[in-house]
Amino acid sequence: MLSRVSTFAIDGFASRRVSVEVDLRTGLPAFTIVGRGDASVRESRERVHAALLNSGFAFPQRRITVNLAPAHLRKVGPGFDLATACGVLAASEQIPSPALEHWAVFGELGLGGEVRRCRGVLAVAEGTRRAGIAGLIVPRECAREAALVDDVAVAGVSSLQQVAALLRGGMIPELPALAPDATRVAPAEQPDLADVRGHTAPIRALTIAAAGAHNLLLSGPPGTGKTMLAARLPSVLPPLTRAEAIAVTRIHSIAGQYVGQELVQRRPLRAPHHTISPSGLVGGGMVPSPGEASLAHHGVLFLDELSEFSRSALEALRQPLEDGVVAIVRGQRTVMFPTRFQLVASTNPCPCGQAGSSRCHCTEGDMARHRRKLSGPLLDRMDLLVPMPRPRSEQLHGAPTTTSAQVLASVLEARERQAFRLAGTGLLTNAALTPRLMREHVRAQPDALACLRGAYERGTLSARGHQRLLRVARTIADLEASDRVHLKHVKEALGMRQEDVVDGAQAA
Amino acid sequence: MSACDNCLRRSALIAALAPHIERARRNHRHIAELLALGDGDLLDALAGGRRDELERAQATFDPTSARERIAGAGLEAVCRHDASYPPRLRQAADAAAVLHVAGDRARLNALAGGDAPAVAVVGARRAGPDSLEVARGLGRGLAAAGVTVVSGMALGIDSAAHAGALEVGGPTLAVLASGADVPYPPSKRGLYRAIVKTQAAVSEMPPGFRPFRWCFPARNRTIAGLASLTIVVEAAERSGSLITAELAQDLGRAVGAVPGAVTDARASGSNALLRDGALVIRHAQDALDEALGIGVATALAGPRAQELEDSLRALLRRVENGCDTVSDLAATPGEAQSAMAGLAELELLGFLRRGPGGRYVRCS
Repeated sequence: MLSRVSTFAIDGFASRRVSVEVDLRTGLPAFTIVGRGDASVRESRERVHAALLNSGFAFPQRRITVNLAPAHLRKVGPGFDLATACGVLAASEQIPSPALEHWAVFGELGLGGEVRRCRGVLAVAEGTRRAGIAGLIVPRECAREAALVDDVAVAGVSSLQQVAALLRGGMIPELPALAPDATRVAPAEQPDLADVRGHTAPIRALTIAAAGAHNLLLSGPPGTGKTMLAARLPSVLPPLTRAEAIAVTRIHSIAGQYVGQELVQRRPLRAPHHTISPSGLVGGGMVPSPGEASLAHHGVLFLDELSEFSRSALEALRQPLEDGVVAIVRGQRTVMFPTRFQLVASTNPCPCGQAGSSRCHCTEGDMARHRRKLSGPLLDRMDLLVPMPRPRSEQLHGAPTTTSAQVLASVLEARERQAFRLAGTGLLTNAALTPRLMREHVRAQPDALACLRGAYERGTLSARGHQRLLRVARTIADLEASDRVHLKHVKEALGMRQEDVVDGAQAA
Repeated sequence: MSACDNCLRRSALIAALAPHIERARRNHRHIAELLALGDGDLLDALAGGRRDELERAQATFDPTSARERIAGAGLEAVCRHDASYPPRLRQAADAAAVLHVAGDRARLNALAGGDAPAVAVVGARRAGPDSLEVARGLGRGLAAAGVTVVSGMALGIDSAAHAGALEVGGPTLAVLASGADVPYPPSKRGLYRAIVKTQAAVSEMPPGFRPFRWCFPARNRTIAGLASLTIVVEAAERSGSLITAELAQDLGRAVGAVPGAVTDARASGSNALLRDGALVIRHAQDALDEALGIGVATALAGPRAQELEDSLRALLRRVENGCDTVSDLAATPGEAQSAMAGLAELELLGFLRRGPGGRYVRCS
């Protein structure tokens, strides 16, 4: 007897359909699983065996061969348990085979027959819809996640017996009730810009960064609130669109970091520690899994103490930053993870962090070394370089500078203006402008360009800074609802670009 | 004309004795006094067991190959008996026998000849942003008036003074502790190249020489000897710049210092100089009045704050009064926006310069 059950394997960011074929024939009792499974798939035999017996089913004393097709795809994780068990039940005619044609099955089994939660259910549900399968049987805890995908009937089950009852023509169990507000963060608990005192310049920079999706580098002594400010960037970014939210939820689900029942609502903020390895940052491993850059997809990647990150980790970020996607090659296969994030980094202005005050103990050589460590691949991609000095005490005890709601309102307007102007180019924000599009869309006044040229000739601006500055100036103009880039916009952008231009005359 | 054989031999002896002099320095010998000794006395004082060997080397010294080495390094040698040797330096009894010049002799004549006024600007390697700006302003002002800015190309004040002079394309002379063909410190390679391209760098040590610690106070005596006025911009209690000032005083040259805050340890040495009667130097004009005579030259007029529009002038005044970061200047993001634009404008106009840590520094 042969039976087939549809399930899905997580392959990088996507899921791929896997057909679990179970064949029963006479011979010495045996239970073999073939089809490039990893250790957890091999161990699956023991779980399936025990789960069947403990749920009151018979375990056929025949020669059982399970094949996970396609055989070339590497299969990982315990998500095939349930499909294998269903296949064995169908092949031994304990449940009707035809019923299985309308269902995909995904879940881990316990020895007692209970069905346990698994990673990547959202990706599986999307695969189910793509494959045109009517329904999906998943662990009850993950049912809400699977139900985020439209057009798929989701059955959340908690035991193998429930699955059998369903396939014998029982009712589809109702989705578990939403836990009241369990997943929603109360608005009061969300970080808000109102918590920040003083720091008018960095807040302004944050506004511009949010409005144009520019990358931002904050430099200031320890404890001035760089991390605090970066944590508030998501609160002034436009809300996730549904497509974005699904992508974010899917990737967090694959990484096993998703615990909610609804779509992720807030843009993610990822702040990896500076000891992170290159593969931790962009993804990798024997079985490629998403890294921090992908977990920050459609959100913010915050690199605190940029100069402390290993050079190889920062180098690895180049491709993701540029292409919005990272390709991880393992063996003959390439796995793509999306990485469209906004980069915020912070750094000390000098090794001791007190540069500019009389407490700084760094020599000029220390400073030069510090600068050298910072420069290179990532600094090229920073649009806004903003100092963040210690606020004065009266500012600390003063009123909030602004609130996230106020900033968000102006950001949304500016984004709308950009999207309108860039309609048809496939781009949404000024940060993504290519040199060719810039000529067309920046529309700077002659005196603004003259000012920029002056700054370049005077040596306060580098060649690469020149282009980035124009993009920032365009965003500032958008924030002011100005059709053209005026002189004042360029001047403000100049103030937001603190770079050290070292040349002969400026060597001191 | 080049350096004479005797002077070259003397120069080679000093280089050969360099490690011995370093040992003497550690034993608190006075470097300038040592270097003022004659060849025989110097060998007596320092050579110890290597005396015979070094004397033999002296006797078999080959001036031709020494000249070839100097020319090979792209340098020119000028000895005390050469007409191009800076006359002010010749007045110093302990001055170097040979100056190796990167650049050329004609430039050395123009920079340090008898009728070329020269002022030394020296100070701490680790200096505050304000002091760096003062040094740069002095360099600019002096050079623009045609006065050679002499300094040691060290980190901090020295380099700032050179850079200021280069900004106006004016005369500046770097005195190195290493060989004149070795940029030291290495991080100032760019500055060295800029100086050698249009100005000159000199050293008493032979080409390729890497400096010992004693070479720095030795270099300072050359700086003091070359200049008619030595200005210490910022110096802590036990700073090498104070040695330069002392050496200048011994030569009977004028010494000036830029006042610093009395609470600032980094300026305690220069403030002590003022207490002892050094001239107060506030800006390039003070230095010019001293070096050339009162009223002879007017310092390069910087941009004039009076001509600014009111809002920018008010902003500048606030920066001068200590509100030197954007966040200090603006209470709301809206104000930050205009403050940022204003500061950028003031920077472009040359009133301000960005210092470390996001602070703006008033240009002098």
